Amino acid sequence: MNVVNQSHPSIDGKGIMMGKKAYTDDFAEPDSLIVKVLRSPHPYARIVSIDTSKANALTGVELVLTHKDFERIPFTRAGQGYPEPSPHDKFVFDEYVRYVGDEVCAVAAQSETIANQALELIEVEYEVLEPVLDFETAIDHEVVIHPEPEIHEMFPIGFKPKRNIAAQYSMEVGNVEEVLKTCDVVISDTFYTQAQAHVMLEPHTVNARIDYQNRLVLYSATQTHVHVRRIISQALKYPLSKIRVIKPRVGGGFGGKQAIHGEIIVSKVTLLTGKPSKMVYTRKEVFESSYSRHPMRFKMKLGAMKDGTLKAIDCQVLSDTGAYGEHALTVFMVAGSKVLPLYNKVDAVKFYGDVVYTNHTPAGAFRGYGAIQGNYALESAVDMLCDELKMDPILFRQKNMMLEGETSPIFEIMGEGTEGTAMIMESCKLDYCVKRGLELIDWKNKYPRVPLNKHIVKGVGMAIAMQGSGIPYIDMGAATIKLNDDGFYNLMIGATDIGQGSDTILAQIAAEELGAKLDQIIVYSSDSDLTPFDTGAYASSTTYVSGNAVLNAAKQMKELLIEEAQRALDTEVSFDGVTFKGQNGKEISLKELSNRLYYNEDQKQLTSTASYVGHKSPPPFMAGFVEVDVDIETGEFDIIDYVSVVDCGVTINPKLAQGQVEGGIVQGIGMAVYEDVKISKTGKMITNDLLNYRIPSRLEINRLTTEFAKSYETSGPFGAKSVGEIGIDTPPAAIANAIYNATGVRIKSLPITPEKILKGMKERGR
Amino acid sequence: MRVSLTINGDVKAFDVSIEEYLLDTLRKHNYKSVRRGCDNTTCGACTVLLDGKPVPSCSILTVRADQHEITTVEGIAKEAERLSEYFGHEGADQCGYCNPSIALTVHAMLLENPKPTDEDIKKYLVGNLCRCTGYEGQFRAIKKYMEDEL
Repeated sequence: MNVVNQSHPSIDGKGIMMGKKAYTDDFAEPDSLIVKVLRSPHPYARIVSIDTSKANALTGVELVLTHKDFERIPFTRAGQGYPEPSPHDKFVFDEYVRYVGDEVCAVAAQSETIANQALELIEVEYEVLEPVLDFETAIDHEVVIHPEPEIHEMFPIGFKPKRNIAAQYSMEVGNVEEVLKTCDVVISDTFYTQAQAHVMLEPHTVNARIDYQNRLVLYSATQTHVHVRRIISQALKYPLSKIRVIKPRVGGGFGGKQAIHGEIIVSKVTLLTGKPSKMVYTRKEVFESSYSRHPMRFKMKLGAMKDGTLKAIDCQVLSDTGAYGEHALTVFMVAGSKVLPLYNKVDAVKFYGDVVYTNHTPAGAFRGYGAIQGNYALESAVDMLCDELKMDPILFRQKNMMLEGETSPIFEIMGEGTEGTAMIMESCKLDYCVKRGLELIDWKNKYPRVPLNKHIVKGVGMAIAMQGSGIPYIDMGAATIKLNDDGFYNLMIGATDIGQGSDTILAQIAAEELGAKLDQIIVYSSDSDLTPFDTGAYASSTTYVSGNAVLNAAKQMKELLIEEAQRALDTEVSFDGVTFKGQNGKEISLKELSNRLYYNEDQKQLTSTASYVGHKSPPPFMAGFVEVDVDIETGEFDIIDYVSVVDCGVTINPKLAQGQVEGGIVQGIGMAVYEDVKISKTGKMITNDLLNYRIPSRLEINRLTTEFAKSYETSGPFGAKSVGEIGIDTPPAAIANAIYNATGVRIKSLPITPEKILKGMKERGR
Repeated sequence: MRVSLTINGDVKAFDVSIEEYLLDTLRKHNYKSVRRGCDNTTCGACTVLLDGKPVPSCSILTVRADQHEITTVEGIAKEAERLSEYFGHEGADQCGYCNPSIALTVHAMLLENPKPTDEDIKKYLVGNLCRCTGYEGQFRAIKKYMEDEL
């Protein structure tokens, strides 16, 4: 292969580094009205009255919007395909506010200073209500968070708002209870995962204007520009055909920009005033008033035989979706569906539980999407089981884990909000990933621990993981290729580059198939008027789903080109990407052919469009190994090395794939060790800036060792699977296992802090 | 208040309010490579050079920069372009929101310390947060850039 599986630099890297205009706010009209939202100071309250008269009277204030300015239409901001598996439980503004930071009303003013002054002049009388702040007591709590009658589910998701339940699910293969009775060893324990903030560097940003064709045009920092258009139309009852949403360069998303943010409010402002408007979240708003990762509680039961055969897994989950139910059911289901098939040889497996409303900042999509939470619980529990069995955790995994050519009944039972899709693992090099990881971390000389001196102990730990590649039969991606004169191409894709490099790797796929050089493919992505449909950047779908669409469009373009060349040369031709060679000895170059088609003979525009919807979701797999040095006097520890061996099929761009894995690993290390969205007893977020919410800096990252298994997924474009999320899944469990191996302390709630380790060691000492 | 700033070598005069921050002044006057990330000096995305030293423009009042020299990435275009090749080859430019600020910080570091150790590089750039790359690709790129350029 000439272009694919090569580490080409990102096609837009130079312009980005040199500071060219690229991001949403760079394209705001200079005279945009500044839109600011007044946010609730209470975790739960009813708005008795809003007096906006003083704000309205302030010079420079264009308008103030409250719930009275919007028709009462429930919708979901989740940013998913339609009908969504998330409940329609949100109004643009409501008479109730359900978390600290929830939207009360908005102002649009001529400057930021005036907008902020206006917010202070708005007088709101609240009836403060008792909040639900402990998700373990939310079900059937006397306080109901969503009493409003209009809200509903789009199809059955177990939505029971009167019980504070946003979604419910259960499934069972075999009979777990019966199988557990026959096991030699059963372990049972409870694990907690915390809320994590996305902390993409670019805050949520959107701007709007009415263009010369009287269309509402938005630039939005979004992962789902087509869903954004649809949701604006639904929430405002404004014709879909009059809205254009453009996603320019996005400064990171990680799932946080899958959902709607200020898009509806700026649209309303611009439609009412006719003036351009813009909204940029402050970092405080990004923390308090967007979304974070669903905190979860896992009650795990694992049963095995003395020989190390895993027989049954019972996994009961409680998930906290906060004030609104964005992604409530689907994140919950992925905690099972993209975790439990790792151990596919069990006789019985059960996965069930509830997703509850609380008066917390809503949870939403976040890289890993439940799998990181489930992986922490299961892969911690597996090591605990091995301890009981006195069995090497590597041998145990090698005996029980998924191998190539195998399947799991869970694939057919569990999809994302719906039933799943049966599939055989045509590519699964998990066995190689484990074997290679053992070598790279030097496991045999370090496991379980090596005392380095009187107070520092080295420990190693590991975990295996899987993810998916898009949502089969739901996620569709499409691509259009257009031939230009001089023989270069435009690739138009709905796929959404949010920094992961999808514009580059999709261009590589097109170039490979067309025999072109990468710079002959000019990419435009994610403009709802100009590019074909794509569900967006989520569910690890772009390489696999959008990539297959691009490959098919390129195949079609090649056929069209050959057809035209045959017409021009009047003979059968072969095409090497540059020249068409006829059997009669005649030749025509691509350049000559394209100019002929534009200007001279058989004039026509060649375009090809292809769509792709997956018929399965081939999982990428990985093994993560970590080496930690723990100070047993203080509980402090350093992560010395993190080894990742990943099977994502063929890497379309190895260096960009490595960047996806390593970025995921460090975000996973953040979740495992540093990051914790903390809420005060009164419901306020304590960690609402980057001083109090600490993400890993350069100093914490010592060494990342990343390799890819040689693997080929026949259904993927040039053998590729996805790689966007898999990297984040292993660090919590692998680090927890390493800490246990070093100290004997089992951390069952994230994050893993020196305080918890020290406390554990003291308890063990007693 | 009228201030005079030398931006990338050009003398510019602006009318600003006394509470205006340099980041807002620059963006208002079309220096869009300077970007807001956090509002309180913790992320580094708004870095500019003030008389050659990297500072967070989100927290410098424009009036304090009066009569000083400001450098944005456009002022070190050649170096930024060279550095971008190394970022490209190491797969280090993901979302890129922080990239101009990293180019400026690397430029300033090399002026202060032409031969930084690995530890020196990490410490000098610690204020430039990145949520995409895991830092490893950026680190490789910066090291190779230094090896070839110096």
